[in-house]
Amino acid sequence: MDLIGNLSLGLQTSASLANLFYCFVGVFLGTAIGVLPGLGPTATIAMLLPVTFVLPPVTALIMLAGIYYGSQYGGSTTSILVNLPGEAASVVTTLDGYQMARKGRAGAALAASAIGSFFAGTVATLVIAAFGPPMANMALKFGPAEYFSLMVMGLAASIVLAQGSLLHAIGMVVLGLLLGLIGTDVTSGTQRYTFGIFELADGIGFVTVAMGMFGLGEIIRNLENEEERSVAISKITSLWPTKEDWRRMMPSIFRGTVIGSVLGILPGSGSILGSFAAYSIEKKVSKYGSQFGKGMIEGVAAPESANNAGAQTSFIPMLTLGIPSNPVSALMVGAMIIHGIQPGPSVISEQPALFWGIVVSMWIGNLMLIILNLPLIGMWVRMIMIPYHFLYPGILVFCAIGVFSLKNAEFDIYLMGLFGVLGYIFAKLGCEAAPMLLAFILGPLMEEYLRRAMLLSRGSPWVFLQRPISATLLVIAVLALCSVLIPSFSKTREEAFVEGAG
Amino acid sequence: MIIRSPKDFWAGLIYILFGSAAILVGRDYPIGTAFRMGPAYFPTILGGLLFVIGAISVIRSFIIVGDSVGPFAMRGLVLVTGSIFLFGYFVRGLGVALALPILIIISGYASTKFRWGPTIIMAVGLTVFCVLVFLKGLGIPLPVLGPWLGG
Repeated sequence: MDLIGNLSLGLQTSASLANLFYCFVGVFLGTAIGVLPGLGPTATIAMLLPVTFVLPPVTALIMLAGIYYGSQYGGSTTSILVNLPGEAASVVTTLDGYQMARKGRAGAALAASAIGSFFAGTVATLVIAAFGPPMANMALKFGPAEYFSLMVMGLAASIVLAQGSLLHAIGMVVLGLLLGLIGTDVTSGTQRYTFGIFELADGIGFVTVAMGMFGLGEIIRNLENEEERSVAISKITSLWPTKEDWRRMMPSIFRGTVIGSVLGILPGSGSILGSFAAYSIEKKVSKYGSQFGKGMIEGVAAPESANNAGAQTSFIPMLTLGIPSNPVSALMVGAMIIHGIQPGPSVISEQPALFWGIVVSMWIGNLMLIILNLPLIGMWVRMIMIPYHFLYPGILVFCAIGVFSLKNAEFDIYLMGLFGVLGYIFAKLGCEAAPMLLAFILGPLMEEYLRRAMLLSRGSPWVFLQRPISATLLVIAVLALCSVLIPSFSKTREEAFVEGAG
Repeated sequence: MIIRSPKDFWAGLIYILFGSAAILVGRDYPIGTAFRMGPAYFPTILGGLLFVIGAISVIRSFIIVGDSVGPFAMRGLVLVTGSIFLFGYFVRGLGVALALPILIIISGYASTKFRWGPTIIMAVGLTVFCVLVFLKGLGIPLPVLGPWLGG
């Protein structure tokens, strides 16, 4: 079968000594920074991205993927041990994970998370290998209208999943699209909204925005209530789950993996939707459901598996369509473009070694995670214990040097500072940054496809509804947005977030 | 008129600001037609949309009761962003060996738990680390000691 041939090509690529080494470095650095309280995968990848620029493209992407899993896994560790989730997807893990830790079962919770993530990672790798090529074939038939509608759907999904008011999520998306247009317009060569500033001609770098809003803005926010941060870590006794634990967590891991894999493919959702959905379904299905929130191992295993499965299958739309589905994959798309690879359906056929190399390295990365993390847990615990007032100046140093190194320009440092202020203000106003960052990346792409579609239709906007795939995607987008307005759904949405925050 | 939802009010105002800026500045560029869109076409649509969203948010803030914004962490905001701007301003002239400690100490001062001793030790350690890893290792073109110091 072709699948085996492809996977062995991938194995050849990813098992080269250099690639294995950088995969390891990525997983290690990703975990090390990911465990630091308050740093989610987006900020971690943005910080470490410049380091990968010196590497050849395949190696760089393998390392980035490693950083991604590492940071996500590190975030789960922090969620379980100190109840400080680094990002939305690991919020649900804190619910039962931290309770388990308080009961002295931190080791079992960490093991459930690691084993669940590994199982989910293995399945998701196979899902990508199986569904990637047919998806890319389908995508080759996509015209500009379909691409435009697909992006609309992705943005609609990110709006629905955003925390807080629907209106502000839409506002942030439109603002993100606008900011993305700053710079030279590719079609006409006009410099737009650059105010004569030479450095803006290339547009604003997405890493600059991500570091500003997710790095700086977050630091300023954390300085608000410094006294409340406590780093009381529960003792970890035994890491190995008991027989009873195994019996209880395996079905949950399985269910979480399925839910996460399916939901991760949807553009705009990534791993957030998966972990929330897996937790609430598990709560209904499990016979311990009524005790969820009090430290049930199912409540850790299911969302953690879903989280990792979703994180990985969200690479399918990114690798085959070239359309990022969350800020993390947006950063990966940006990295690919910097390395001279235009992500899209042709990557599989034109650069099979790259595509399959990345797919297989995902599995290797997951394997490294489980080998690396359980024995090294003592070291991660020590990293979590670093007091925040020593931590954040260090984060600022890495952000400042990292953002400078993108174009060797001080201008980006200033710009990052501005986005830090903007990010803080928006956080204070209850406007979430994640949909904005996604829209920021999609802005120029959307304009390009809109233009092409309208050119082909001779200026008729009906083209988006006349083409069946495009129309279907738009209908899904509208339904998703309307679903928030249905009272019962919006109540569930709020509850999910309140539950997460509480 | 009483602002019942300050968060909605201020967020709406920001949207209106960005939306109208997009439309007004966009008037300098050709708008084209739906068939052949000019560089101003898409941003003008988005600007209009953002303006409308902002207006809804502001109007809503007078009707529906919502959360207050809460106090700003001015000390953190000023010192953290200030330290970043100073780093950008000094890094070429003074070099990394001075610009980094400036960044670390000023931003560190934003914390209520700031103490000189440990912060200076950390500043020295991190600076040495960054010079070795980023400047020597990754070859980022920044001076250790800048021309202002004759470096």
